[in-house]
Amino acid sequence: MSDLGELYQELIVDHSRRPRNFRKIAGADHQAEGYNPLCGDKVTIYLKLKDDVVQEIGFQGSGCAISTASASLMTERAKGKTPAEAEALFDVFHKLVTEGPTEELDTSQLGKLAVFSGVCEYPTRVKCAILAWHALRAALQGAAEVVSTE
Amino acid sequence: MTTPATAKDAAAASVATQETPSRGFDAQKIREDFPILKQTVHGKPLVYLDNAATAQTPQTVIDAIDRFYLAQCANIHRGIHLLSERSTAEYEETRAKAQRFLGAAETWEIVFVRGTTEAINLVASSYGRKHVGAGDEILITAMEHHSNIVPWQLLCEEKGAVLRVAPINDAGELVLDEFEKLLNRRTRLVSVSHVSNALGTVNPVERMIEMAHGKGVPVMIDGAQAAPHRKVNVQELDCDFYAFSGHKLYGPTGIGILYGKAGLLEAMPPYQGGGDMILSVSFEKTTYNALPYKFEAGTPNIAGTIGLGAAIDYLSHLGLEQAAAYEHELLAYATKKVSQLPGLRIIGTAREKASVLSFVIDGVHPHDAGTILDQQGIAVRAGHHCAMPVMERFGIAATTRASFAFYNTTEEVDALVSGIEKVREVFS
Repeated sequence: MSDLGELYQELIVDHSRRPRNFRKIAGADHQAEGYNPLCGDKVTIYLKLKDDVVQEIGFQGSGCAISTASASLMTERAKGKTPAEAEALFDVFHKLVTEGPTEELDTSQLGKLAVFSGVCEYPTRVKCAILAWHALRAALQGAAEVVSTE
Repeated sequence: MTTPATAKDAAAASVATQETPSRGFDAQKIREDFPILKQTVHGKPLVYLDNAATAQTPQTVIDAIDRFYLAQCANIHRGIHLLSERSTAEYEETRAKAQRFLGAAETWEIVFVRGTTEAINLVASSYGRKHVGAGDEILITAMEHHSNIVPWQLLCEEKGAVLRVAPINDAGELVLDEFEKLLNRRTRLVSVSHVSNALGTVNPVERMIEMAHGKGVPVMIDGAQAAPHRKVNVQELDCDFYAFSGHKLYGPTGIGILYGKAGLLEAMPPYQGGGDMILSVSFEKTTYNALPYKFEAGTPNIAGTIGLGAAIDYLSHLGLEQAAAYEHELLAYATKKVSQLPGLRIIGTAREKASVLSFVIDGVHPHDAGTILDQQGIAVRAGHHCAMPVMERFGIAATTRASFAFYNTTEEVDALVSGIEKVREVFS
C-alpha cells in the first residue's frame, strides 16, 4: 500500500498553496494553454526567451494540488534553461511520473521536481502532474492551440 | 420558495425526525448479497460511495449472466432451436418485468437501449427530427447531465431550433415559475432529470408534466438517478418518455430502458436500421417491424437484458420503497455529519433530495480529496459529474460527490467523515 505521504509531500502542498511564479509575464514572447478535459484543470504558461534561454517564466490557471505544484516547481526549474534543456527536462519528468524512479533514470537534473516520484503510483493523477509540462513544450514550440492531455 | 440560508440550515431542515436508519431494514445483511463489497482497497475495507456513477450488482444478477453464457447463449427472435427459444423467452420476460417496474400499460412501450444516454438520443433523433423545426424550442433545466443537453443541442443545430434552459436557485432547486414561463407555443418537448446526478435534487416532475401538458407539450424524464432510489409509475406521472440505465439500478452496464407512450412511439420513425427492426426488406421498399422491435435494430445486449431482469427481481424482492426510506435516512445522517465539518460547503441543498451528497472543501481541490479518500478505501467521484453548467452555476470547477445506496451504512458515513478530516489534515 502506498503511503499518502509519498504523493502529498510537504513541498507539493506548499507549492500548491503558495504557487511560485504565479503571474502573467508582461511582453511574453511565448505562451500556451494546457487543458485537461477530464477534470477541468487549466494552466497557461508565459515565457520570454533571451539569447535562447528562458529569461522569465510564469503561469496562471486553476487545478488540483498536483497540477499546481508541478507548474510552480517547473517554472522554478525551467528558468535559465535553453529550449533544448527544457525539452530534456520534460522527458525525464515524464518518465519519472509514468514509470517511477528507475535505476536507469538520471533524476539529478530535476532538483526539487524529484518530489513527484510518488505520482507513478497514482495512475489517475499522472495527467495532473504533466499538464503544465505539455503547455511549456507547446509554448516553446510556438503552438498556438490549446494543448490537451487527451 | 425560500432558500436555506446556509448548508447547515438545509442540513438541519432535511434531517427528519429520525437520526438513525430505520430498524426494519438490515443493510448489513443486504451487503452479503453483494460480493464486491467484501474486499479491501489499499489495505482498507472498501467504502463504496460512488453509486450515482455505477451501483454494484448482487450475486443473483451475476448468476443470471453466468447462467446465460454457461447454458443458454443464443440469438433471439431468430432461432428455431431450444437455446434460442429460451433466450428469447427470458429476454421478453425482462421486458415484462420492466413494464411492471415502471407501471407501464403495455410491454411494447418498453424499448431496450444501451442506457439513458442512448434513450435520450433515440428520442432526440426520432421524435425530435420529426416534430422539431426552425424556430421551435426544446426546454430543459439548468441541472441536466450532459446526456440531456448535448443530444438536444445537436437536434437544435440541425433544425435551427432553440434550446431553452429553466433556471435553478442557490439550493439547486428548479425555479418552477420560470419553468412555466418558458413553456410557450413554440415548445415542442420538455426533457428533464427526475433526480439531478450532481446535486441530488428531486424535481417536481408531476407538476412540470401537468404544466407542460397544459400547453400540449410532451415530456421526457431522465430517470437515471431516480429509478434506483424511488418508486416510479409512468402512468401516474403521465410522462411521455422515461429512461433509466441498468448499471445504476444494480444491474449490468450497457443496457437500459426507454419507456414511451405507445401512440408516440408508433408515430416515430426508426432510430437505427438493421436486422430485427424490419418485417420485410427489398431494395424497393422496407416494411418496419411493430413496436418495440422497430427501435431494436441488430442483436441486442441479451446477457445484459437478462441481468437487468434479475436486478429488477432483486429490487422487487427487497422492496424499493423501503430501501428508499432507508437511503433517505442515511442521506440525512450524512448531510448532518458532513455539514458540521469546518470549511466544508454542501453543493445542492434542495429540500427534497435523493442519494447524492456533493461538497467542496476550502483550499482543497476535489481531485486531491478524491485521491486521499481513495487511499483510505473510500470510493467517491470528484469532478464536474458531466454537469459542467451546474458547476458554472455555483461558480466552482468541481465537487467531491458521495452517493449512497441501500447497502451503505452509518459506519461508512462515519468513515467518510474521518476521511474528510484526513484530507483537511494533509492540507492543514
